[in-house]
Amino acid sequence: MGRRNLHPSLSYLLIIFSLFFSLLVCSSAFQSDELLIDDEEFGLEGGAARSPDLVYTTPVRSRSAVPTRKRSSDPDSDSKIQFALEHAFGDSDFSPAGTFSARLKTSNHGGQTLTKLRFSRSDFAETEKEKFEKLLKGDDFYRIRLPSNVLSPPGRDYIISSGESSKCLPREGLDEHFVIHMDGINILAVNYGSPGACQHPRQMKLPAKWSFNSHTVLKSTEQAPRTQMFAEEIVGGENGEGEEGVKPPERSFWAKYWMYLIPLGLIVMNAVTQAMNMPEEQAAGQSAAQAQQPTAAVPRGPNPAVRRR
Amino acid sequence: MAMAIRVFMLLLLFLSSSNPSFSLYEDQVGLMDWHQPYIGKVKHAVFQTQKAGRKRVIVSTEENVIASLDLRRGEIFWRHVLGGNDAVDEIDIALGKYLISLSSEGSILRAWNLPDGQMAWESFLQGSKPSKSLLFVPTNMKADKDNVILVFGKGCLHAVSSIDGEVLWKKDLVDESVEVQNVIQPLGSDIIYAVGFSGSSQVDVFKINAKNGELLRHNSAAFPGGFSGEVSLVSSDMLVALDATRSILVSISFLDGEISFQQTYISNLIEDFSGMAVILPSKLTGMFAVKASTFMVFIRVTGEGKMEVVDSINHAAAVSDALPFSEGQQAFGLVRHEGSKIHLTVKLGHDWSSDLLKESIEIDHHRGLVHKVFINNYIRTDRSYGFRALIVMEDHSLMLLQQGAIVWSREDGLASVIDVTTSELPWEKAGVSVAKVEHNLFEWLKGHMLKLKGTLMLASPEDVAAIQGMRLKSSEKSKMTRDHNGFRKLLIVLTRSGKLYALHTGDGRVVWSILLRSLRKSEACEYPTGLNVYQWQVPHHHAMDENPSVLVVGRCGLSEDAPGVLSFVDTYTGMELNSFNLAHSVAQIIPLPFTDSTEQRLHLILDTDRHAHLYPKNPEAIGIFQREFPNIYWYSIETDNGIIRGHVLKHSCNLELADEYCFDNSDLWSIVIPSESEKIIATATRKLNEVVHTQAKVTTDQDVMYKYVSKNMLFVATVSPKATGEIGSATPEESSLVVYLIDTVTGRILHRMTHQGSQGPVHAVFSENWVVYHYFNLRAHRYEMSVIEIYDQSRADNKDVWKLVLGKHNLTTPISSYSRPEVITKYQSYFFTHSVKAIAVTSTAKGITSKQLLIGTIGDQVLALDKRYVDPRRTINPSQAEREEGIIPLTDSLPIIPQSYVTHTLKVEGLRGIISVPAKLESTSLVFAYGVDLFFTQIAPSKTYDSLTEDFSYALLLLTIVALIAAIFVTWVLS
Repeated sequence: MGRRNLHPSLSYLLIIFSLFFSLLVCSSAFQSDELLIDDEEFGLEGGAARSPDLVYTTPVRSRSAVPTRKRSSDPDSDSKIQFALEHAFGDSDFSPAGTFSARLKTSNHGGQTLTKLRFSRSDFAETEKEKFEKLLKGDDFYRIRLPSNVLSPPGRDYIISSGESSKCLPREGLDEHFVIHMDGINILAVNYGSPGACQHPRQMKLPAKWSFNSHTVLKSTEQAPRTQMFAEEIVGGENGEGEEGVKPPERSFWAKYWMYLIPLGLIVMNAVTQAMNMPEEQAAGQSAAQAQQPTAAVPRGPNPAVRRR
Repeated sequence: MAMAIRVFMLLLLFLSSSNPSFSLYEDQVGLMDWHQPYIGKVKHAVFQTQKAGRKRVIVSTEENVIASLDLRRGEIFWRHVLGGNDAVDEIDIALGKYLISLSSEGSILRAWNLPDGQMAWESFLQGSKPSKSLLFVPTNMKADKDNVILVFGKGCLHAVSSIDGEVLWKKDLVDESVEVQNVIQPLGSDIIYAVGFSGSSQVDVFKINAKNGELLRHNSAAFPGGFSGEVSLVSSDMLVALDATRSILVSISFLDGEISFQQTYISNLIEDFSGMAVILPSKLTGMFAVKASTFMVFIRVTGEGKMEVVDSINHAAAVSDALPFSEGQQAFGLVRHEGSKIHLTVKLGHDWSSDLLKESIEIDHHRGLVHKVFINNYIRTDRSYGFRALIVMEDHSLMLLQQGAIVWSREDGLASVIDVTTSELPWEKAGVSVAKVEHNLFEWLKGHMLKLKGTLMLASPEDVAAIQGMRLKSSEKSKMTRDHNGFRKLLIVLTRSGKLYALHTGDGRVVWSILLRSLRKSEACEYPTGLNVYQWQVPHHHAMDENPSVLVVGRCGLSEDAPGVLSFVDTYTGMELNSFNLAHSVAQIIPLPFTDSTEQRLHLILDTDRHAHLYPKNPEAIGIFQREFPNIYWYSIETDNGIIRGHVLKHSCNLELADEYCFDNSDLWSIVIPSESEKIIATATRKLNEVVHTQAKVTTDQDVMYKYVSKNMLFVATVSPKATGEIGSATPEESSLVVYLIDTVTGRILHRMTHQGSQGPVHAVFSENWVVYHYFNLRAHRYEMSVIEIYDQSRADNKDVWKLVLGKHNLTTPISSYSRPEVITKYQSYFFTHSVKAIAVTSTAKGITSKQLLIGTIGDQVLALDKRYVDPRRTINPSQAEREEGIIPLTDSLPIIPQSYVTHTLKVEGLRGIISVPAKLESTSLVFAYGVDLFFTQIAPSKTYDSLTEDFSYALLLLTIVALIAAIFVTWVLS
């Protein structure tokens, strides 16, 4: 009895302990989650609110930048930088096509990151329009490139990217989508393409408007969460969980004991049918023997019934 | 009571949720697995025949193995595999009971006990600069009853006690920067001479007291012509060297320390000599061997450096070292090729004209040329001297010749496997009698009766042994025909010697072997190297009367821009169908998923000039290729630059010679990894022939996650440049590991993640939509394994049944690499105890069976780890539903269950690779692990749910049925 009294209090203790423990674990898991969130994932003109996890894109309508406003040689402040986007039609040489400007943020431990990325796209000149149309007809690639180092372009090499084919770009205007993977001041990779899916048998279509509709996303690296260490805790935790965590779920009486109930039911049914048969027999032939002790009649009863079957 | 039930339930739950490991019973060992130990190409051999009960030969090999072999049968008595960077320099016997081995460029000296191979002592010799290494065990130099071993290595001369390996004295010759070439001990004195070169033209002779290392005299003299390096000691006071132009032989006499030179022009000795000569390293007395252009010349040196030609041999030949065999007599062996025979002659050292032994032996021409000869003498029954020769062939095999016959041979080429592919066996044809292999009816009945006795536990120990023997050599598994379950296959193995072997998966025997013509050393091709072997032709339409073939790709040289060679080999007969030397180099080979009408697979070979070449070269192939032209993309990784580029085909090459099978390419994308912070160390891709059974994964909450299954995914791991060295060379702060998942068609980075404080070496395996990689975590001081799973989010909305019914789903839209993927990744890391040599994953015919990771551990074993342990969805406290789904509660480290070693008690020494091939039976996967040893087995990751086990007793089943029928009748009659 004393054991029963002790038992709940002990399990309370254990529950509290395991709750505490799971809280600990939860909070540590939460922390590691937080590491993933990048505060400066992108900074874009327009500043539309971004949805938290999925869509990292914000449309930027480039206001048909004047082609002369290219690579302004004197930066306003030392932390502002610019780098050029260049394009090529098929296998032609690369020529300037736009400018990215961004603010260089130097963190206190020396790391440098880009924020507030803006993009001004130059519109196609007439010759470029012709080239693009030729490209569409040939179903060739429209390629773009960026320097791999934004401070000292071109860095080690240019980063090249190309869309599926030039036919995917024209919609109403020319829709394009950049995903720039950065590591500090280095550009690792650029993914260029149309924002949506491109149907496979591609239709040849000229754009209605020759103006660009650019979307830019800046991505930096994710930190892997640290491997959790809980070799000691799990030993302690498991005992606690034994009481609380891995408690067999509450099931109905029927679900628990059906395997005993069914045979029991069968036996009962059998007995009932036999009992139904017995009064008949007794009524038919042996009314005289009723005076005999009933205890002897009961065990004898089933035997004739069995034999008759 | 309630407590007990709970504990029981907990135990039950635990048992049901964990331990999906499988294991083997003791009597099942060897039923479907085989293990073959090898040693590799022999470099040195010393015989241990005096005073030993069993005659042995101790060898060291190019695979860094030291082994003691039985001279009678060629079996391995003991064997030690030194590490990959611990190459054996020299071996010798000291004190008559130790084998002394010098390794790691003269810095590690070890003594092994001869009878059992136990290590007696080990000493590390310190030195300052890398140099040539030399081991010299004087025969009778006693220093206080201790035999001294002299070692030159790392610029220092050491004298080491042979009893305990203690360094007695050390002479630093670094200041003089002398490369000691030879250590000479005049008979019966305590004085040794060390002769070496300093610079390229100066000869130094040191006279040293061997007892205490005192330098008695140092002489040096310069030779204006310079030396080319190799020397040969012809007598105790004379060396022969070649000058820098390799056309003048210089004899260096250093009698009593006085150095004098004498020059002899090779052209004076050999009439039509031109080009370069090479002094062969054989140690002969009074003469030396020179290889000049095509012949081998034996030159005797007399008195004052006078040279005369003794003999010249036109054929390929090999010479052994001189062997002292009786009072003052020395003999050496010479092996020559003539036609399909080799001639072994043993000559007396000082008398060329007489032959002690002359034998000729027929030899399989697929063994190639003789590379090395070692001779040993024995006393015949008639008290005369007999000789046996151990020869090393071009295919790295080892043979013992005695009395004109091959006593034994070992296929040690199989210790250096480069690449493996598989081939199906022929169909069972009506003409081929299968009944031949079956026993007669009586035997069959007897076998079944024995088995029945075994199952009813009536068998005596002898019967049990008989049953076990019967199971082990079941003729079923080694038949040369295809079986229903696809367990019998041929493993086509390419080795470093350029020999191709076909091994039967049933018992591991060599079905055929062929030394490829294109991969043999020749005038045109000085250093042929094999690269890969691919399935070239796999007939399906005419599988009964056409043979499959494989393509062997190699290159003619060590550098990457050397011209390539191709060979086509029939896998049933082992005949080389065709071979050609390519005009271009081979940088990358892409098997394309197209075949022509003869079912030859199209292959694209990329050269270093960035041209793509299509094979086979026939018009039909080009037709197929043109049709698929815009859909062919590939990538190249420049590891040194840290640039990954994507390419697309453009048009035919602009070469002087029009070649319609050659194509140019243009860059489509590039990823430039910042060189100051990252360096590529590992990549992994999915296997081309991998089958994925289901695209969706149903989670516990009745939710569906769609796997992002793309064949064009690449896993890249980079580390910070400081962390590329050994573990511990960088601090956690300055090392980080970055992993990438890249789509290789568009160059999209699908996932990029940094592991701070981690470093390589990274081993990774990519399968379906997940990648598992292994690395070292410097902060936790442990190895870790991480998993990344990637899921397609764009199709995640297709969960609604109504959408599917009404057709409002996007399941039928084609999946293109170019449509911007919406993916999510899940990842998790676990600690793992072992360091890893290789990782693979099981593959099955339809991809239904759950997967196991095959991990080659540092102990050279293969561990099968269920993929469920490496699941990113593991949580500390999975819900009941999750447990039912099979999610294992999260632990911080991965379990190593001793029963789940695929190799059970065996070791695959020097493990280098693991491959897994699907059998036809879905539950089973064939696993082949190779290194110095070979190991093969069948594994069933989810147990053999689709077949009865091997030892299922049909007799017992029949007996039970008969007994039941009898019982029915008996009860019927009785009732």
